[in-house]
Amino acid sequence: MADNEATVTEEEPKVLTDLEKVGEPAVPRKKPKDVHGDELTGSIKVPKVEENVANHKPYLCKPVTMEKLGFPADLREDWHDAAIAKMADLLKKYKSLQVYMDICVKCGSCTDKCHYFIGTQDGNNMPVARAELFRKVYRRYFTTEGKILGKLAGAERFDLDLLGEWYSYFHQCSQCRRCSVFCPYGIDTAEISMAAREIMDHIGVGQKYTNDIIAKVHDVGNNLGMNPKALKATLESTEEDLEEETGQKIRLPLDEVGAEVLMVTPSADFFASPHVESLLGYAKVFHQAGISWTFSSAASEAGNFGMFIGNYSHMQKLASRVNDAIREIKPRRLVVGECGHAWRVAYSFWNTIIGPFDTLDPKYKRPQHICEFTLDLVKNGGIKLDKSQNDHLVPTMHDSCNVARGARMGDKPGGQFTIPRELIKASCNRYVDMDQDTIMEKTFCCGGGGGLLTDDLLELRVQGAMPRMQAFSKVQETHGANFIALICAICKAQFTKILPKYGVSMEVAGGVHQLIANAIELGAKQ
Amino acid sequence: MAIFVIGVLFKVWKYAMTPAPLKIPQTPAPVGAGGVPVRVLSEVVIFKSLFKSNRVLWLAGYLFHAGLLLALLKHFRFFFPAVPAGFGYLDTLEFYPGLIMLAGLGLLFLMRLVVDRHMFISVMTDYFLLLLLIAIATTGTFAKHFFRVDITQVKEFMMGLIAFKPVDMPTQVMFIIHFSLVLLLLAYFPFSKLMHAAGLFFSPTRNQVDNPREKRLVTPWAVEKPEAIPVAEEAMEAST
Repeated sequence: MADNEATVTEEEPKVLTDLEKVGEPAVPRKKPKDVHGDELTGSIKVPKVEENVANHKPYLCKPVTMEKLGFPADLREDWHDAAIAKMADLLKKYKSLQVYMDICVKCGSCTDKCHYFIGTQDGNNMPVARAELFRKVYRRYFTTEGKILGKLAGAERFDLDLLGEWYSYFHQCSQCRRCSVFCPYGIDTAEISMAAREIMDHIGVGQKYTNDIIAKVHDVGNNLGMNPKALKATLESTEEDLEEETGQKIRLPLDEVGAEVLMVTPSADFFASPHVESLLGYAKVFHQAGISWTFSSAASEAGNFGMFIGNYSHMQKLASRVNDAIREIKPRRLVVGECGHAWRVAYSFWNTIIGPFDTLDPKYKRPQHICEFTLDLVKNGGIKLDKSQNDHLVPTMHDSCNVARGARMGDKPGGQFTIPRELIKASCNRYVDMDQDTIMEKTFCCGGGGGLLTDDLLELRVQGAMPRMQAFSKVQETHGANFIALICAICKAQFTKILPKYGVSMEVAGGVHQLIANAIELGAKQ
Repeated sequence: MAIFVIGVLFKVWKYAMTPAPLKIPQTPAPVGAGGVPVRVLSEVVIFKSLFKSNRVLWLAGYLFHAGLLLALLKHFRFFFPAVPAGFGYLDTLEFYPGLIMLAGLGLLFLMRLVVDRHMFISVMTDYFLLLLLIAIATTGTFAKHFFRVDITQVKEFMMGLIAFKPVDMPTQVMFIIHFSLVLLLLAYFPFSKLMHAAGLFFSPTRNQVDNPREKRLVTPWAVEKPEAIPVAEEAMEAST
């Protein structure tokens, strides 16, 4: 999903409503052109803790969208009681939340692990401190300790100020799960921030960017709001470009009933840059392998922002479009394009929320990642790659957080790391990994995940990208790395936006299938 | 003591009964059920993730827990009529588990005071628990090595408690303090972050098998059809 333009509404000075108190940052947002990244030195330093230096807040969701999603249009009169009731409900429904509320010993292991903390220095962006904002309320209303000891035990009444902190800091978490890797108990801050956003939506405090997109998918079918007609036109014109470039009739089929493969991909792939380069890669792979395939206008979005707001029903409803497409197209296989959180939802959740996929061929994984699909073809000779086509590139792999820590590829643990790397190495002569502490399960989020890929949070996005940028600048310096290979639409949009803020060309970011598209040998097939 | 047992059991029951509706293992995770105990035990036995994260913190935590384990094992002679087989040799080793505990606890306490990130997240109860444990380890060590307590008397007292036939409490001051502090700790245990000892085993990110494509996870509350957005509708009704 591309960035939405920040619209600044002029308001006359007036007394703030409670909702505005919660949703407006204390210091006005910087204009995008005034946001700049830190100097790139190649090293990641743990900063000194500062208090309240990152009071970023995203725009509040408009009442009409809130209502459309079944949430209250405005901050509820009884928001306090409603929030506690919702919290009780979630504690009963999610073992993760219940257990993680109780067992944190505040050992401090996670305190230097969050990219937003490293980038902003704000103490509340340390994962444990972020979770404490939730625990303060939990302790006060749900534990004997908190009821008796109050603040001494870190328990606090849920008031407007605290709600304001919730709105700020639970929208400074990209739900990337890096902290959970280092937690002795595996406490997953993503689970807590999802629950917090779910509670906020239920009392009328929603985030504009994420909720607008969810509403758009319910209405039109994809994050970009492209209707089937526009989608068809886009695909047709891209087909023409492809034919011009390659001299071959490479197709980008839509809604073709009976195709072997149903391809579900993030809608940004259809025309955002550099996303579309990967789309060409998929098309060339299917073409050369001679496997019939199709996109679907019903399921023209792999992304699922329902996860970001922790709302099970919306997530399920969004995903159910894939089922509609399967019923319509009747494919034998289901393949998902390059997108991090989408792959987490598809890999980890689809079977539960919209499965079982009984009509699909059990010989193949249900669903399959495009990288799994392509690597199989590379291995069995279904496609041939000419590495020399990428000789101008020294790629490095940025593991997407949701793929790295929330999903898998292939049959073995860690396949999500080896499979994309094998693909890159099969299509390029050179390759270099970034520092071991910043890749694979310890990978840093790009800074734009979890529903934060919006211009009203641009400063936070630039700050949060800092650790990744430092790690990249190091291999740029030492190995001449000049390409960050990505498998996520959000990473692609984020890097394209923030690379220039660090003085790096945006051309450096691209998809793994962009490399495949360059290297694939078309036509001559024996 | 009863608070401890009932409290912990209640919490464990609650953790066990709360459903985990989605597959959320933190990957790379074991792809077969056999790998899960290995993963969980590696956290319990060697604090694997903590080791990955921060060696100083790991050392502090490990010293304390290892000392605590040794101290508990040495206390077994008070809880069983005859010392269980294999535990006897512990008494012949003249080590100081209390001192190992104190070293770890001291380091943990120090970190909360000197590392700004740890300071930021600490509240009164965090310091209190460390101090309580330090007091327990200190009085225990004193009772063992400096102000010797009559061990046979303690044993009779403990056996009496376990059999619900109380006998007179030993009167040495050091024992009384030590014993009272331990009771306080146990009574506080189920209401505090000390529950991590049990909760650790219920952490879905660590105890789930990574097999969502192969095996469909179904939880009763989470199988409703997507057409209805029940949670949202409830909220609407309540708000209108």
